[in-house]
Amino acid sequence: MLSPPLLWFLVIYLSSLVLMLITSLWSINGFTSQIDHHLTGQNFSQIVSGAYPSIIGRTVLLAVLVTLTDAVVAFPFAYVMARVATQSTQRILLGAVLLPLWASYLAKVYAWISILEKGGALNWTFSRLGLPDPNLGFTNGAMWIAFSYIWLPYMIVPIYGALERIPSSLLDASADLGASAWNTFRRVILPLALPGLAAGSIFTFSLTLGDYVTPLLIGGSNSTLIGNAIYENLLTGGNLPLAAALSAVPIGVMVIYLGLAKRLGAFEAL
Amino acid sequence: MKHRVVNSIGKRVAVALSALSVVVLGIATMPAGAGASSGLTAPTAGMKPATSVGKGEGSLNLIAWEGYAQPQWVTPFTKATGCVVHAKYAGSSGEMVSLMANGGGGQYDLVSASGDADLRLIYGGSVKPVNMKLVPASNQFRPFLKAPSFNTISGVHYGVSLQFGPNVLLYSTKTFPKAPTSWSVLYSKKYKGKITVPNNPIQIADAALYLMKAQPSLGITDPYELTQTQFKATVALLKAQKPLIAKYWNLASDEINLFQSKTVVAGAAWPYQTNTLQANKVAVADTIPSEGATGWADSWLLATKAPHPNCAYKWMQWVSTPTVQAEQAISFGETPANSRACAIMNKMSAGSCAGYHADQPDSYFKSIKFWKTPLSTCDNGKNNCVPYSEWTNAWTQITG
Repeated sequence: MLSPPLLWFLVIYLSSLVLMLITSLWSINGFTSQIDHHLTGQNFSQIVSGAYPSIIGRTVLLAVLVTLTDAVVAFPFAYVMARVATQSTQRILLGAVLLPLWASYLAKVYAWISILEKGGALNWTFSRLGLPDPNLGFTNGAMWIAFSYIWLPYMIVPIYGALERIPSSLLDASADLGASAWNTFRRVILPLALPGLAAGSIFTFSLTLGDYVTPLLIGGSNSTLIGNAIYENLLTGGNLPLAAALSAVPIGVMVIYLGLAKRLGAFEAL
Repeated sequence: MKHRVVNSIGKRVAVALSALSVVVLGIATMPAGAGASSGLTAPTAGMKPATSVGKGEGSLNLIAWEGYAQPQWVTPFTKATGCVVHAKYAGSSGEMVSLMANGGGGQYDLVSASGDADLRLIYGGSVKPVNMKLVPASNQFRPFLKAPSFNTISGVHYGVSLQFGPNVLLYSTKTFPKAPTSWSVLYSKKYKGKITVPNNPIQIADAALYLMKAQPSLGITDPYELTQTQFKATVALLKAQKPLIAKYWNLASDEINLFQSKTVVAGAAWPYQTNTLQANKVAVADTIPSEGATGWADSWLLATKAPHPNCAYKWMQWVSTPTVQAEQAISFGETPANSRACAIMNKMSAGSCAGYHADQPDSYFKSIKFWKTPLSTCDNGKNNCVPYSEWTNAWTQITG
């Protein structure tokens, strides 16, 4: 029998997803924006042509870049937190990681705008050093930096959890058996931290994949992501079926991604 | 369509989410086959409008642009009429059309739609005729707003004009010591990476307006009625413009920020941005170049299934009066439809009437081509114009 939570999940969550996927097979009357309930595949043929493939490609590429950046930045930080710092330092560091999560998302993006835009802190610093202006504001590079910053805690915390769970005895054993520090890291620590990395990457990847506010604010003229295309079709264009078809793209990408993450043991570390 | 709300992305996200849930629920309960296409007669054209305004129903539900139902004029309205106002703010014209589907669903009474949504609402049967005799202050409206083509069809009014504004060319006075005389600066490689235009499909009309003069051989007579050939040439111009764009702005505050940080030197804007920037001592000015300009004009349209018609008429009467017109013009930064609002504006804030061009003669406003929904039927009687759905699609292709 279905347990109540499962029933809840099926009715509230999955049925709305199914409804959305059905919607993606409808179309709209181009003029009155009213929905035509005849099934058609035209929305899907539309999203594999024109500007949509490059929008989808850009979004996935950005999500991958942000995930890699966060993994590289988060790992040493999490390692120091979990295995090097004293207990009181550890508490301070954990607080420092979690504190920005209480700050408004918008405040953080606007802060990055004021750092990266012309006349911002970054250009000012560069000019003082006699370097050319980087002028990163309103570019895809700005989106990369802002996303990497905003999602970083979601990567640090799972890696920290995974690293903290490694028993010291394993490291001692590795050393006793004559492994160098590098070998211990490569063959003991990294494999045991991998589920945490994979779990963190699910957050950074999926959050980037679905975001549409950061590109609106800090993106440039070439920064449309899937989320923006959905938003525009839904609210500006009033084309709900096309928006639903576009929404199926990140769902498909995430299904593949979760399948890969599961093989790396991500769900054991959540 | 307009995202005129300053610094309110959070609000828009909330609005977007709630709109999404409304739409999903709406779909789930909609019978199959609903929403068949309408011909080009307004389905509600034959409905007899009210001949008198009765006692208020005690309640009024509005779909409005944020800032269009401010306590400054809502509170005295409720006091005077007993109609308690519930406003739902929409983030875009498309959202207004969605919310108003099925005549407002028996839930909404009025919508403060812009010209690019009006015809979709009228021909979609979402709004119904209004008796202008019951809105006496409309006699004081500027002549071109008494029966404009975006809210009046063959003499039948579907709503009352409210406020409007031109889309001006905003420029840095450091880069342009003299006002540019042509929109061509927005298409000039000279200012590569220093240009901003709104992120809005109706922006295609701005390019078409420019091409009317720049490429007369295309034969464009109305920037909202483009044949396939004219449309293609316009889209090509916008695609060529894309590498010059620093950012397609979404919120008025985006553009203000871009000019303040000197990221851009020229852009398409509303007078609101100019006034805000000048108040912040940024060296900018705006102009309407020789090609003229596009503009937006909002109207309160009456929902076909309005549950509180008397309160709706009382609201249309209220917002048309010179005082409320002036209050809204200053609070929001736009030009009032009522010609007697100017003096009151100046009393409230010295120089504001001229600041929003409300003192200009009608010839000034004739140079503005107001937003209207592009239809496949053109005024020339032929049926070969590009409809709005293709405009939104082309815009995604241009900016994507």
